[in-house]
Amino acid sequence: MRSNAFWRSGEHTSIPERAPKIVPDGSARRSAARLARDAVLRMAFAVEAYCRLFVRVSRACLSQPFYRGDLVQQMDTIGVASIFIVMLTGLFTGMVLALQSAVEMERFGATVYIGRLVGASTIRELGPVLTALIVTGRAGAGMAAALGAMRVTEQVDALRTMGVDPIRKLVVPRFLAALVMLPVVTIIGDAVAILGGLLIAVLTLDFTAQLYINSVWDTLAQSGFVLRVIPIDLIQGLVKPFTFGGIIALTSCFHGLRAEGGTEGVGRATTRAVVTSSILILAADYFLTQILLAMFQW
Amino acid sequence: MSDRTPAGGPQPGSEAFEAELRDEIRRELETHASEGGGPEIVELRDVWLSFGDHEVLRGVSLGVARGGTLCILGGSGVGKSTILRLMLRLLLPDRGEVLIEGRDISAVSRPEALALRERMGMVFQGSALFDSLNVFDNVAFPLYEHTTLAEDEIRERVEEVLSFVDLDPAVVLPLLPSALSGGMRKRVAIARAIAHRPPILLFDEPTSGLDPITTRRIDELILKLRRELHVCVVVVTHDVRSASRIATETALLRDGEIIFSGTPEEMHATEDRYVRAFRG
Repeated sequence: MRSNAFWRSGEHTSIPERAPKIVPDGSARRSAARLARDAVLRMAFAVEAYCRLFVRVSRACLSQPFYRGDLVQQMDTIGVASIFIVMLTGLFTGMVLALQSAVEMERFGATVYIGRLVGASTIRELGPVLTALIVTGRAGAGMAAALGAMRVTEQVDALRTMGVDPIRKLVVPRFLAALVMLPVVTIIGDAVAILGGLLIAVLTLDFTAQLYINSVWDTLAQSGFVLRVIPIDLIQGLVKPFTFGGIIALTSCFHGLRAEGGTEGVGRATTRAVVTSSILILAADYFLTQILLAMFQW
Repeated sequence: MSDRTPAGGPQPGSEAFEAELRDEIRRELETHASEGGGPEIVELRDVWLSFGDHEVLRGVSLGVARGGTLCILGGSGVGKSTILRLMLRLLLPDRGEVLIEGRDISAVSRPEALALRERMGMVFQGSALFDSLNVFDNVAFPLYEHTTLAEDEIRERVEEVLSFVDLDPAVVLPLLPSALSGGMRKRVAIARAIAHRPPILLFDEPTSGLDPITTRRIDELILKLRRELHVCVVVVTHDVRSASRIATETALLRDGEIIFSGTPEEMHATEDRYVRAFRG
């Protein structure tokens, strides 16, 4: 455990694990209640550290120095490099959605609504969530591994000895890049998913492209518009990836900067980053949906 | 030196150029010395530090003057590297003072601490070169961060410090750290540490994991740094032979306490059983 003075310094960039470590002492006297208490304490300290990281990153976003070159590089790594896999995921998701919904809707003679179903489910839910999970596995894992490796090889300490704040240099560019790029790749993924649905509708269900596109547009128009031109569904489809981008970057950097114990520790940090990000994304999706539903009165 | 234009003056890499560089650095150091600070440029006074229940340092006091080399010796896990981290304020002591050029780095404000950090260069045990940057960008990193030098001046400075550590800039500049040998990585790390000309250099196990010939080269390089740049050097090592070659002062750490301090000659002459056992 670190000294109290170290944590008081506010200098550390690795996020402290201040809760008592569980040290197996071979004694049967250690009760399950105490183990549970330690686990809860560790969790509470981790949440506190995560929140503090968020506050530090938010402050650093609004002040100098700002590393523009790193931001551009991260936008490329997180966004541009993810586009192909997101498009592939979107294409097959859209195709599967169209196929499955065709089977069910045919029973009720409602195949004409396939475009609506594919469009609504893709833009509101599947697009943002699937894209976020794909980017978590690809870019989030990369972030955690890169920062973890920098931490265990003392590169993070080297930055600090050169008077550079690792939060500004390493975390802020990744955070901002994810905030900007997640909505962009999500829109691309949504478009390709709708296109995938179109392919199935036209090639196997004898739809015309016009009918399918009109059906997709109807569902967007049905929920209403903001400023008369922006469909509310699209707002929802952009608010979510924006939030998910922040979650991915913050969680991955958080675990990466806490990595300890050589390459094995980097592996553990990467796994934690992916698992935690995925859970947070799914949980945030539910709460965001509740909020957005309440806001726009669906 | 940063203001010097190559045109008309000695060419970079020439002996005259290096001599001029050394004179200039010496003048800079003398200026810094006259600006304040006692004879001990780095000093620990009664420093205590514990991690939880484990006391790592117990009343450690040591110091080194400008132009001197202090080697902190000790076995594995006794807290040697912790002392360097205290000097850089990567850790704060529970008690005691860590004086850098007469100012307690553990007590000053954060901006002041950053300014004091810029007075130090650190060479990490594993070199800690940035994997994603090539040698040029690694060495130039502190210059981009802390100076207003123009691009060509930075390139000139990078080539100078690489030449100083006996690396051929033309060969190594575009290489990534992964393409370098252990000894070359260490020398690039030294070049990065001296690029912004700090008066204090800290080395964490500079020769661990290196073969005897490379170890000797690194030792000679540390001697050259002291001799030609007049910097104050603090080295943490468990290599007694290496320490005997480079140190002006030694301190032996055991169980969080300094159990011996003196010159290398005094260390070899002492009859203390642990010191004798340690030096082998």
